Amino acid sequence: MNFDLTLIWDSVPRMLAGIGITFQLMALSAFLGMILAVILLLMRLSGKWYWSWPAQVFIYVFRGTPILVQIFIIYYGLPQLDFVRESILWPILREPFGCAIVALSLNTGAYVSEILRGGVLGVDRGFLEAASALGLKAHQKFIYITTPIAARLALPAYSNDFISLMKATSLASTITLMDMTGWRRLLRPTRYLFH
Amino acid sequence: MTEALIRMQNVDKFFGSFQALTNINLEVKKGERIVICGPSGSGKSTLIRCINRLEEHNNGRIFIGENELTDKVKNIDAVRREVGMVFQSFNLFPHMTIVKNLMIAQQLVRKIPKAEARETAMKYLTRVKIPEQAEKYPVQLSGGQQQRVAIARALCMKPEIILFDEPTSALDPEMIGEVLDVMTDLAKEGMTMICVTHEMGFARSVADRVIFMDEGEIVEEAKPQEFFDNPKNERTKKFLSQILTH
Ligand SMILES: Nc1ncnc2c1ncn2[C@@H]1O[C@H](COP(=O)(O)OP(=O)(O)OP(=O)(O)O)[C@@H](O)[C@H]1O
Ligand SMILES: [Mg+2]
Repeated sequence: MNFDLTLIWDSVPRMLAGIGITFQLMALSAFLGMILAVILLLMRLSGKWYWSWPAQVFIYVFRGTPILVQIFIIYYGLPQLDFVRESILWPILREPFGCAIVALSLNTGAYVSEILRGGVLGVDRGFLEAASALGLKAHQKFIYITTPIAARLALPAYSNDFISLMKATSLASTITLMDMTGWRRLLRPTRYLFH
Repeated sequence: MTEALIRMQNVDKFFGSFQALTNINLEVKKGERIVICGPSGSGKSTLIRCINRLEEHNNGRIFIGENELTDKVKNIDAVRREVGMVFQSFNLFPHMTIVKNLMIAQQLVRKIPKAEARETAMKYLTRVKIPEQAEKYPVQLSGGQQQRVAIARALCMKPEIILFDEPTSALDPEMIGEVLDVMTDLAKEGMTMICVTHEMGFARSVADRVIFMDEGEIVEEAKPQEFFDNPKNERTKKFLSQILTH
């Protein structure tokens, strides 16, 4: 078995292209996931059961099942349903990239929402009482006091989650989407086995 | 005789089944300075927190000027515009500089333009003698400085009344004086004040009336001289003997 250095060299451009996809996946799903997380958070904090319950169920399901299963269900499972194929979302869900984005965003959204909630619950009541005493309204307290303090409290946990997200993007390669690690796995066996 | 600025009539407050306030009747006139004292858990904080609706009372009525405190958000907002509060634990917003701490409510609640809010902030920081700390963050200040900032923050809103909830209890002894000095100045200028405090020297020299609470009730109410030299109630006597021997 000869070890072909030129193969490594030749594959560098494709791996670099893979890095590009990894970053796109990460950036997009981190962004969409954050939007989702904030929506879920607001639903949970609304104090209305008809907002809070669906958010809780969503979070429970997406945190309670493996990300790989979620990717598979979205990529292989959803197209089995006719109405999905007829829906306006089909152009996204038909593509592996689109499916990966959807799966990763939903998953990270659920986790980040809980992280943010931890931050919000960690805000000292005294600050909010001081704000109330000064006459700030509920939404002003949320925007100017709770959010910045909670964001600082949540930052360490969020950066951990970001790293998990990075690792999860590699799972997206299982649905034929070739990011950096995906390309390497494809390159290796063809040469080793058949050379 | 002028109309009372604060009127509490037969006020009860429950936390679950626990009664924290029982039949509180209190009138405070404009410019009056009230000191409230009493043992821990006697309901002092609860009483003053009912005045700006940080706690909701269950029975009775509370009026601040023309406004009655009810569920109406409009009334609550109106009352909070007239009533400032200073807390034991300062509660400065940790993510804002000192001057921002003083500006934020002016801008959001009173809709005062930024430049003017800053000017007012600096004016009151100068009054509490720490204008040079304006651009620092709360953690960079000593406890006494933080509490003076908290007083300045309340003053920026131009309140009619300021409530103090044990403003010096969290301070090291050497810093208590600087905060009491600021409070004494305020009293001299005619601010209506209700202070929960165990600083008996302050009570003697500043208060118009001292109120003693125990187990959620107002037990005794008297001018400072009378209160300290000739307390009537047994519970007051016991309490005074305890704190004055410390
Ligand atoms: N949010 C709350 N829930 C339940 N009980 C409470 C609550 N706040 C206060 N209490 C109870 O009400 C009583 C009066 O409390 P309050 O804080 O008014 O006392 P205080 O006189 O200010 O005491 P301290 O000197 O310790 O500050 C206490 O027994 C306290 O345990
Ligand atoms: Mg108290």
